[in-house]
Amino acid sequence: MQNAALVGARPPDTSGGSARGAAFGGSAPGLYAAVARGAFRRYSTYRAATLAGTFTNTVFGIILASSFLALWQARPSLGGYDQSQAVTYIWVSQALLVTVAVWGGGFQDDLQDRFRSGDIAVDLYRPVDFQAWWLATDLGRAAFQALVRGTVPMLVGALVFRTRMPEHPLTWVFFLLSALLAVLVSFGLRFLVSITGFWLHDSEGVRAVMLVVSMFFSGMLLPIALFPGWLGDLAPLLPWAALVKVPTDVFLERADGAGLLGALGFQLGWAAVLLLAGRGAQWLATRRVVVQGG
Amino acid sequence: MAEPFTTEPCAAEPATAEQATAEPATAEPFASEPFLARTSWAVRSWWLCARMWMRSMMAYRASFLLNLVASLVTHSLDFVVLVIMFEHTDRLGGWSLPEIAFLYATATFSLGMANLLVGSADGLGVRIMSGSLDTMLIRPAPALSQLCAERFSLRRLGRPLQALMVLAWSLAALDVRWTWDRVLLVPVLLVCGSVIFGAIYVGGATVQFWWGESKEIQNSFTYGGATLLHYPPTIFAKELVAGVVFGVPLAFVNWLPSLRILDRPDPLGLPTAFQYASPVAAALCVAAAGAAWRAGLRAYRGTGS
Repeated sequence: MQNAALVGARPPDTSGGSARGAAFGGSAPGLYAAVARGAFRRYSTYRAATLAGTFTNTVFGIILASSFLALWQARPSLGGYDQSQAVTYIWVSQALLVTVAVWGGGFQDDLQDRFRSGDIAVDLYRPVDFQAWWLATDLGRAAFQALVRGTVPMLVGALVFRTRMPEHPLTWVFFLLSALLAVLVSFGLRFLVSITGFWLHDSEGVRAVMLVVSMFFSGMLLPIALFPGWLGDLAPLLPWAALVKVPTDVFLERADGAGLLGALGFQLGWAAVLLLAGRGAQWLATRRVVVQGG
Repeated sequence: MAEPFTTEPCAAEPATAEQATAEPATAEPFASEPFLARTSWAVRSWWLCARMWMRSMMAYRASFLLNLVASLVTHSLDFVVLVIMFEHTDRLGGWSLPEIAFLYATATFSLGMANLLVGSADGLGVRIMSGSLDTMLIRPAPALSQLCAERFSLRRLGRPLQALMVLAWSLAALDVRWTWDRVLLVPVLLVCGSVIFGAIYVGGATVQFWWGESKEIQNSFTYGGATLLHYPPTIFAKELVAGVVFGVPLAFVNWLPSLRILDRPDPLGLPTAFQYASPVAAALCVAAAGAAWRAGLRAYRGTGS
């Protein structure tokens, strides 16, 4: 019961979680599930904004798909994609953009506000794990955004353009798994960025740089397979490849069997490394926190 | 109030959208004054407010420079993507890299200038929600001027600066037969393009009077619009091209004048007059945005909180 009060006092985004606080009876997985549900409900209240964002995703999808069509008309099978695969790439990546938070955001905005207001100190002395708490909110957010911003642009894309849907039904399962791993990797990266706030007071500058790196090296702007020279050799090894490149590869069935397992293992590996690094950074950061009374 | 800096009366709007948008609600005492006087007051208010923000940002000179450089690099990535595309082909939709660089530079410059001068207008929804729009309305300066100059930052110069560099390269690399009308069209294009995007910023922001969460829709016309204009019209469906000629007139930003400058056939086969008509389109956009803003302000009801 003490936990229920505790959740209620937490960041305002988890009002859903607090309402159910009494229901989970204090068990840790129950707590984080309630937090994730709360985040899901929080994002689901902004229906109009979600609608507006979905429209924007669709507009960008149409523009970029047209430009890709022109490129693949000039060079069929460029990068190992045929025309319909190239167009599908755009629509899948638009579906992933907000779900995976390729350009940042989600819990980062909340955390930034809490750095500014000093509420971050309150977060740290609560008997809930700091990293796991924010991961739970991010999973809830991703689940809601996958539901709307992930599906509608894909449907419009499939109606307007000739797209390539997976041939094996199981591919959908692997794609969802890959998208989930992408969210974990993305969270790992964003958590590291946000936690620099403990040292820099304001992580906005680091965030701005990360946005660029992330948009480019995830393959959001252009498939990594098209990068020339050493850039093309390096990019698939970096963690950002796990955000868009791997899930689209899975969706387009560019890898099967061992290749598919390798791709998912690549995501899992980066997720583990980044989450551990985040844990380490959090440990370092909390040792030096100075709370200014006020 | 979250903004400790907004206590000075501030003002403004870009030299663009205020031509037609002197506010009725706040400019009440000036309503009887001639249009020109009201416009110049709106511009001056904008300038006063923008200058105040500039001074506050210049307190952190190193941070400002770093941010400017970061923004230059960031915006260059869009162009890098185009260059990588041209690693794999020498024509896109029948256009060469210098020609597409011209489209890219003109679209990006126009968007960048509009964003610099009036881009803050898209914060209207947040101001309505927090009630801080009321603060602007009781100040003795046009609310639109204040809104547009809010958090004015020269950091946003990164985008137009980078665009000018690409433009210089493309003009050097292009093989254009320069006649007087083509030479004249380039600056006209840059000014009118900025005005059209500025009007879209203000017009889009106005929608937030009725629909507070519409900010993202606006992004599809500003950022989405600029992305559209990076590519030649030949690669898009004719319906889409017609939509940005007769609907949201983005085609007048750079597509239509560029057809004349680069001597390219019009995929829609419109009369040549359209290629010179950007100033007319820009004026119509400003008039529409101004009318929308006034209607929005009239419909606005403060929450009193």
